[in-house]
Amino acid sequence: MFSFELLFEAVVFGLLVGCFYAAISLGLSIAFGLLDVPHIAHAAFLVLAAYMTFLLGSYGLDPLVAAVLIVIPFFFFGVLVYRFYYEAFEKRGADAGVRGIAFFFGIAFLVQVFLSMKFGLDQRTVSAPYIGRSLELGDMRIPWRLIVVLCVAIALTVGLKLYLSKTFQGRAIRAVAQDAWALRIVGANPVLTKQWAFGIATAAAAIGGALLIIVSPVEPSLDRVYIGRTFCVVVLAGLGSMSGTLVAGLILGVIESLVLTMFGASWAPAVAYGLLLLVLAIRPQGLFRQ
Amino acid sequence: MKRGTIPFWVFAALLPAAAYGLPILGMNEYYFYISYIVLQYVVLATAWNILGGYAGYVNFGTGAFFGAGAYAALVVMLLFEAPLVVQIAVAALVGALMGLGAGLLTLRLKGIFFSIATIAVAIIIETFVLNWRFVGGATGVQIIRGPVTYGFETHTRMLFFVMSVLAVASLVIARYIETSWLGRGLQALRDAEVAAECSGVPTLRLKLIACAVSGALMAAAGAPLPLYSSFVEPHSVFSLNYSVMALSMAVIGGMARWWGPALGAVLIASSQQFAAFASPEFHLLIVGLLLIFVVIAAPGGLVGVIQWVGNWRVSRKEINRSASVVK
Repeated sequence: MFSFELLFEAVVFGLLVGCFYAAISLGLSIAFGLLDVPHIAHAAFLVLAAYMTFLLGSYGLDPLVAAVLIVIPFFFFGVLVYRFYYEAFEKRGADAGVRGIAFFFGIAFLVQVFLSMKFGLDQRTVSAPYIGRSLELGDMRIPWRLIVVLCVAIALTVGLKLYLSKTFQGRAIRAVAQDAWALRIVGANPVLTKQWAFGIATAAAAIGGALLIIVSPVEPSLDRVYIGRTFCVVVLAGLGSMSGTLVAGLILGVIESLVLTMFGASWAPAVAYGLLLLVLAIRPQGLFRQ
Repeated sequence: MKRGTIPFWVFAALLPAAAYGLPILGMNEYYFYISYIVLQYVVLATAWNILGGYAGYVNFGTGAFFGAGAYAALVVMLLFEAPLVVQIAVAALVGALMGLGAGLLTLRLKGIFFSIATIAVAIIIETFVLNWRFVGGATGVQIIRGPVTYGFETHTRMLFFVMSVLAVASLVIARYIETSWLGRGLQALRDAEVAAECSGVPTLRLKLIACAVSGALMAAAGAPLPLYSSFVEPHSVFSLNYSVMALSMAVIGGMARWWGPALGAVLIASSQQFAAFASPEFHLLIVGLLLIFVVIAAPGGLVGVIQWVGNWRVSRKEINRSASVVK
C-alpha cells in the first residue's frame, strides 16, 4: 500500500512544484516582505498575468515568450498601483490599516470580476511543445512543463537575489525596507525606490502568472487558493528573503505533495493554510530571519 | 438617557412586528424571498463591523463563520430534528467558539497577518466539510422541509420574520457595544494598541469578546440557510463572496457607527437583487469600484457623508443666528 517508490516520487514532485510555489511568491516577498505593503492582490495579479499569457497564446505565442512580453507592461502597472497607494494612504502619514487592506482587497476583487466578464468562468489553458509530454527516467515520468518551471524559478530567484545584493538600486530597495529616513539622508528618494521595487514585484508576478498557466488551467477565482500558498511561502521564508523564499517554496511543495499522496487531492488546499497558521502561531518571524 | 434611545427601541420593536404583519397586505412571496437576503447581509455586515470597524481587525473569514453556522444548524437538524430556534442557538454557540479559537490563535498577530489567518481558517474549515461524508461532502445535501411553524403561512415568511429578529438583535448588540465601555476600549486599541494596554485597557480580553460576538452573529445568520434554500453545498456556503460583501457593505456604509454597515447592506444587497436580472457581474464591478473610491476619498463612508452634511447645516444655522444677533 505504501511503498518507498511512491514516497520518492511524491518528494520529487513536491520539489518541482515547490520551485513553482517559490517562483510565484517572489513578487510578494518583495512587495510585502520588503516594502511592507499589505499586497492581498498579488495572487490576483498572478491570475491576471496568466490570462494575459493565454491571450497572447491565442495568437500562437509560446507562454515563455509571452511572459517576457508582459513583464514590461506589468512593471508599469505595478508602478502605477504603488503610486496610487502612496498618494492615497502612505503620504497622509498615519498607517493605512484597515483601509489599506480593503484597498488591495478591492483591487483583487476588481481583477477577478474583470476577468470573469472578459473571459468567462471556463478554465483556460495554453499549448506549447513542453506541455503534455514527460521525461521518462526509469519508472518515473516527469512532465516537461515542471522542468521548464524549475529552470525559470531558479533563474528568477538567482536573478532577484543578485539584483538585490549587488546593484545600487537593489541595495536601496533593501535599505528602504529597513530605514527609509536613513536612505533619504544618503541621497536616495525612498518613495521612488519603493515605487520601482513594487514595479519589479509586479513584473515578477507577471512571470509567475505565465508559469501558473503552464502548470495548470486557470479560472478567474483561482487567486483564492494562491493567496494562501504565496503568503504561506513568504511568511515561512521570513519576510523579504529571496533564497529563503525558494527553500520555503520547496518545503510547502513537498508537504503538499506528501499529503496529496497519502490522503488524496481533496485535502491539498488546506495544507498551505494549515502550515501558514502553524508558522504564524509558532514562529511568526519565519525560518530564515534572525 | 442618550438622545435617540427611545426612537431606536421603537424601531427595534417595530421591524419584526412589521415583518410579521406585512404578509397580511398580500405582497408577492418573491419580495420576502429577496428581503431575507438583504436582512441576512445586514446581520453579516454589522457582525463584521464589530471586529473590523471598532477594533480595526479585518476579517476575511465571514464565509467561514456563516458556513459553519449553516452546517451546525444542518447537523442538529439531521441528528435531532431540532427546531429552528435551537438550530440558531447551536450555530451561534459554534460561531462564538470558532471566534474565540481563531482569536486566541491569531490575535497576537497584527493587521494583515490576522486577515490572512482568517482566510486560512475559512479554507481549512471548508476542506473539512468537503471531506465530511455525513453532511454530503462536496455534493452537498438536500433537506426535506417539515410542516410550517404555527402562525405562518409559508416557510419563506417565517424565515423572513426570523431573519428580521436576528437583524434587530445584531443592531442592538452593535449599538450596545459602540456606546458602552466595550466599544470605547476597542476603539482605543484600534487607534493605539500599546498605549491602550498601558492605560489599563484589557486589550486581549476585549478582542476575544469582539471575535466571539462577531462570530456568533455571523454563524446565526447562516443557521436558517438550510431551511431557506433547502439545499446546502460547501462551495457556495463558504464562498469568499460573503467576506467581500460584508467588508464592502461595512466600509461603504461607514464603520464608525452601528447603523453604517446596516445602511450599506440594505443599499448594496437590494441593488444586487435588482441587478440580478440584468448583470450580476456589473453589480460586483460597481461594488468593487465603490469600495476603492470610498476607502480613498470618503473614509467615513456614507455615515461620514451624512454627518458631514448634518454638521454643515448646523454650522450654517449657527452662523445665521449669530449674524442676526449682530444685527
